[in-house]
Amino acid sequence: MGKVVVVTSGKGGVGKTTSTAALGAAVARTGKKVALVDFDVGLRNLDLIMGAERRVVFDLVNVIQGTAKLSQALIRDKRVETLFLLPASQTRDKDALTEEGVGEVIDKLRSVFDYVFCDSPAGIERGAQLAMRFADEAVIVTNPEVSSVRDSDRIIGLLDARTVKAERGEQIAKHVLVTRYDAARAARGEMLSIDDVLEILSTPLLGIIPESQDVLKASNLGSPVTLSDPTNSAARAYIEAAKRLEGEDLPVVVPFERKGFLDRLFGRRAA
Amino acid sequence: MSLLDLFKRRGSAPVARERLQVLLAYERRNRSQPDLVSVLREEIMAVIARHVQIDQDYLQVSMDRGETMSTLEIDIQIPNKSARPLAMSA
Ligand SMILES: Nc1ncnc2c1ncn2[C@@H]1O[C@H](COP(=O)(O)OP(=O)(O)O)[C@@H](O)[C@H]1O
Ligand SMILES: [Mg+2]
Repeated sequence: MGKVVVVTSGKGGVGKTTSTAALGAAVARTGKKVALVDFDVGLRNLDLIMGAERRVVFDLVNVIQGTAKLSQALIRDKRVETLFLLPASQTRDKDALTEEGVGEVIDKLRSVFDYVFCDSPAGIERGAQLAMRFADEAVIVTNPEVSSVRDSDRIIGLLDARTVKAERGEQIAKHVLVTRYDAARAARGEMLSIDDVLEILSTPLLGIIPESQDVLKASNLGSPVTLSDPTNSAARAYIEAAKRLEGEDLPVVVPFERKGFLDRLFGRRAA
Repeated sequence: MSLLDLFKRRGSAPVARERLQVLLAYERRNRSQPDLVSVLREEIMAVIARHVQIDQDYLQVSMDRGETMSTLEIDIQIPNKSARPLAMSA
């Protein structure tokens, strides 16, 4: 039985889709079978980030409504054999996804894949709740910034209340992934520190992804950053985060600017 | 400035631009009416369903939308026992 991981945040634009692609590809590269499911109905983008936008024939809604089989809708990645994408539909009908339908699709995916990553839409409404509904684990994507942390806190509340696992009285495993971390700004005390974020959310840290040009470049090319150039800093951080997700015990190193070192020693709480 | 510099300077943005142009051309067309490839896909599938009773698992449809040309690939595996020639006369 595979693991279902929801990538969520509440706030939009923090890096959920980027992270779904990067983590999923990093896990698949090790030979695990991975499915990425785009839950952003009406505003799908995971196909673009994965470079599969020209190959979409069927989508999640087609599968739920029975006009296509799951096997027909899954798009195999051209670079990694064990990586698949289930695109979202572009329909404007918000009720196109039913809880029962989503449950059936997730069950089937779980029986075939080692990992199923669900890319959540922004918000805390129906779409986001359906994306997390059947998850075993959650990656909460957070930027070190007040509104993002606040939204993450609300999402954590939903994860503990509205998921099938939570309703059964079980714990859903939660991990915070800090993205778009700018070491220079952190050193100047202009950004919440990692400690601040973790203390407020009191949830374990999966990794810290630096703000990086390479992320934009990868999305231009239609490749997860962990595949386009696995050596850049963002890719390395995602690859390590993926290993932690798989249970490896790797320490997280907070990226820092040289000149920020003294600031760290003397005044990390400058802001 | 060498040719290589010129080349490097282009970066990844032109790739992004090209990908978006192809995708958006398709999506805009589709907003008002389904494109030819989608229509063909639906009708071909309907015809197949009329003549052979096959499990959808034996039917793979793939598409590659290009700027000037798209390819639609339909791969049907027809188990011999499910061919129903009688239905052809209908
Ligand atoms: N580590 C990063 N460095 C720089 N830009 C990033 C990083 N992570 C995400 N971005 C950019 O932020 C924007 C939003 O990312 P996206 O993954 O689409 O967010 P979401 O899915 O949460 O809305 C995109 O333009 C993406 O390229
Ligand atoms: Mg997104």
